[in-house]
Amino acid sequence: MPDFTKPHALTDVPFHYCPGCTHGIVHRLVAEVIDEMGIEGDTIGICPVGCSVMAYDYFNCDMIEAAHGRAPAVATGVKRANPDKFVFTYQGDGDLAAIGTAETIHAATRGENITVIFINNTTYGMTGGQMAPTTLPGQVTQTTPYGRNTNVEGFPVKVCEILSQISGVALAERVTVTDPANIRKAKAAIRKGFEFQKNKQGFSLIEVLSTCPTNWGKSPVESLEWLKENMIPYYPLGVYKEGAVR
Amino acid sequence: MNNEKRENREIILAGFGGQGILFAGKLLAYFGLLGGREVSWLPSYGPEMRGGTANCSVCISDKPIGSPLVTEPNILIVMNNPSYDKFINAVAPDGLAIVDSSLVEGRSDRNDISCVYVPATEMANENDLRGMANIILVGRLIKETGIASAELIRKALEKIIPSSKKQLVEFNMKAIQLGMNS
Amino acid sequence: MERNLMKGNEALAEAAIRAGCKCFFGYPITPQTEISAYMAKRMPKVGGVFLQAESEVAAINMVYGCASSGIRCMTSSSSPGISLKSEGVSYIAGSDLPCVIINVMRGGPGLGGIQPSQSDYWQATRALGHGDFQVLVYAPSTVQEMADYVTKAFDMADKFRMPALILADGLLGQMMEPVTFADGEIKMSDASGKPWATCGHGNKRPHNIVNSLYLQAEELEYHNVERFKRYEQVKAECPEAESYLADDADIVVAAYGSTARLARSAVDAARSRGIKAGLVRPITLWPFPDKQIKAACANAKRVLVTEMSMGQMVDDIKLAIECRLPVSFFGRTGGVIPKPSEILAQIVTLDEELKGE
Repeated sequence: MPDFTKPHALTDVPFHYCPGCTHGIVHRLVAEVIDEMGIEGDTIGICPVGCSVMAYDYFNCDMIEAAHGRAPAVATGVKRANPDKFVFTYQGDGDLAAIGTAETIHAATRGENITVIFINNTTYGMTGGQMAPTTLPGQVTQTTPYGRNTNVEGFPVKVCEILSQISGVALAERVTVTDPANIRKAKAAIRKGFEFQKNKQGFSLIEVLSTCPTNWGKSPVESLEWLKENMIPYYPLGVYKEGAVR
Repeated sequence: MNNEKRENREIILAGFGGQGILFAGKLLAYFGLLGGREVSWLPSYGPEMRGGTANCSVCISDKPIGSPLVTEPNILIVMNNPSYDKFINAVAPDGLAIVDSSLVEGRSDRNDISCVYVPATEMANENDLRGMANIILVGRLIKETGIASAELIRKALEKIIPSSKKQLVEFNMKAIQLGMNS
Repeated sequence: MERNLMKGNEALAEAAIRAGCKCFFGYPITPQTEISAYMAKRMPKVGGVFLQAESEVAAINMVYGCASSGIRCMTSSSSPGISLKSEGVSYIAGSDLPCVIINVMRGGPGLGGIQPSQSDYWQATRALGHGDFQVLVYAPSTVQEMADYVTKAFDMADKFRMPALILADGLLGQMMEPVTFADGEIKMSDASGKPWATCGHGNKRPHNIVNSLYLQAEELEYHNVERFKRYEQVKAECPEAESYLADDADIVVAAYGSTARLARSAVDAARSRGIKAGLVRPITLWPFPDKQIKAACANAKRVLVTEMSMGQMVDDIKLAIECRLPVSFFGRTGGVIPKPSEILAQIVTLDEELKGE
């Protein structure tokens, strides 16, 4: 029987996320993995700047709020000083793949023993729906009002594909949380990331294709459909790299 | 413990990178340090790593060193033409210039300073001490000034030569002797 | 205790390790790179961590993470790199974390040059990042002080939960001078005594949060006000200055860091000519040692500020002496090191002015 009690690794603070946003699901999956591995007391989480900026209030483990894009560097600082602790970052697409590209790539190249939860919803959500590095060609946002024109704004960043080329990466996997089957796969991927970390086997990143109903101007259900029809073809799900680096 | 003259030394050593200018400067600084005096050593630093000009300032005094940057040296050791041109007229009156005459073509017509010309690079090559012209010049400096006792020289060399390269101490001592006998 | 010759950069690095700095995050930039090189060699041998970051931005954020977990840590850079670090410094200050940052200054603005300078005084004392905060600023003047003040910086940073900056320059970083270290075992720091640290709660306490975000204006105001109350304590406890022959001086030279040693030579030379000159040297640049400077200038008729900049400390000196005396300025900038003889010439000019009055 499925367990619908709240994981211990989540606090009782109510989420501030919009109705239909998938952040809540992913938070819960991370918390379930922490509970199942019994590592809450040994885990330090790093929040990004973006919609999940206040995740420090939601997770029950020790939490640090990083500057925009710098979470992998902050995580490196924590991990190098405390190699036996679990360290994860939780970052959005703007944070991880635009302003924090260097920090992401170099934490990966070092094979930093951390787990990165990467929420890709093609949007800068917190600032009100501007173009993200992952915004699809033709997609309308506040700063691409006529649709993302690849001649002007260039092309979306495919994070898992890039990371698959980097030697320090133990896991690069893209998942989604549109339905129970995918949610289970997403949780398994997150668990895998933490296991790699437990065994000190390298950098792990789990990219979760997510929705932003508010800024997409769609209902939660329409958003899930839009994700399946538009995002998955551009960002195919699956394992891009898997295997211990060390 | 040491009988060297306790004078204020403001020294510039100058030449090409790779001639051991900084090392020779360090050796002089250690003479001061081991003699219980105040010392400073300051390298020029620039973007070039090899082949460019290199110089360093060494101060030895009984008082705390003010400026570690020497602009009017009372001792100049010089090992190439550009450095000779740059520094020979900066030497303070009554100062001493020790010139590697194998490499420096110029001869100073200043009569308010002492200029000593030592064919140090040739001497080094002839005595299987290639690359130790710098130390030969230091040897000559010791002869001219009494800046370090024999005991102090060996101590300083043992201090700055890593124990893994211990055999170099004797080569350096030989180079010093050559300079002192020049 | 054995006297050894060390470069300022190396003495500082060794002292940091002896002060329990467990982690160092660096990035190469002249003229401070010896700090990284020294740490790279030494840290693995004493159970510490050296890591070369991908940028100064990353390095300071690694410090942020490491300091959050309660570990003594440090980063170093030179002027342009410090500008890059300012984002992280602001977060560290806003999160009330202790750490030590080294700036071995070179000429600016922009890429500037690589020769010694003191032109980051305003940045260090006024604006090392956005927002309402200060950092402790120590200005060593000798290689021995490079070592001594890094130790103090770690202690004070921990005590007041704030970043401490060592403001040195290329001259101090590159020069060798005798230095001694107190004997004693090297003991790497841990998070003990830091109940706020995010090092894993071990199921023994509620979770800790390291954060500088407060979306409620009143809440942010509260935290800023509390921080500034702490700064009042810092101001009461930390200011340091040295004065030299100032008591009876007609002309007091004010200088810090490596310029102070040049000024000291000029003061000695002036005294030997019968000019009553003295020196006052701020050692902490924030908090600024107002009282000590005022006392050192109590009998003075003129004050001469000298710096390797366009005169960034002049206003602080005027405020410290409550604008009671004429203050003149002599500086070289862009990496030019003033000669003691140039400073002496300024003193002589002031002395002649005084005699003419």
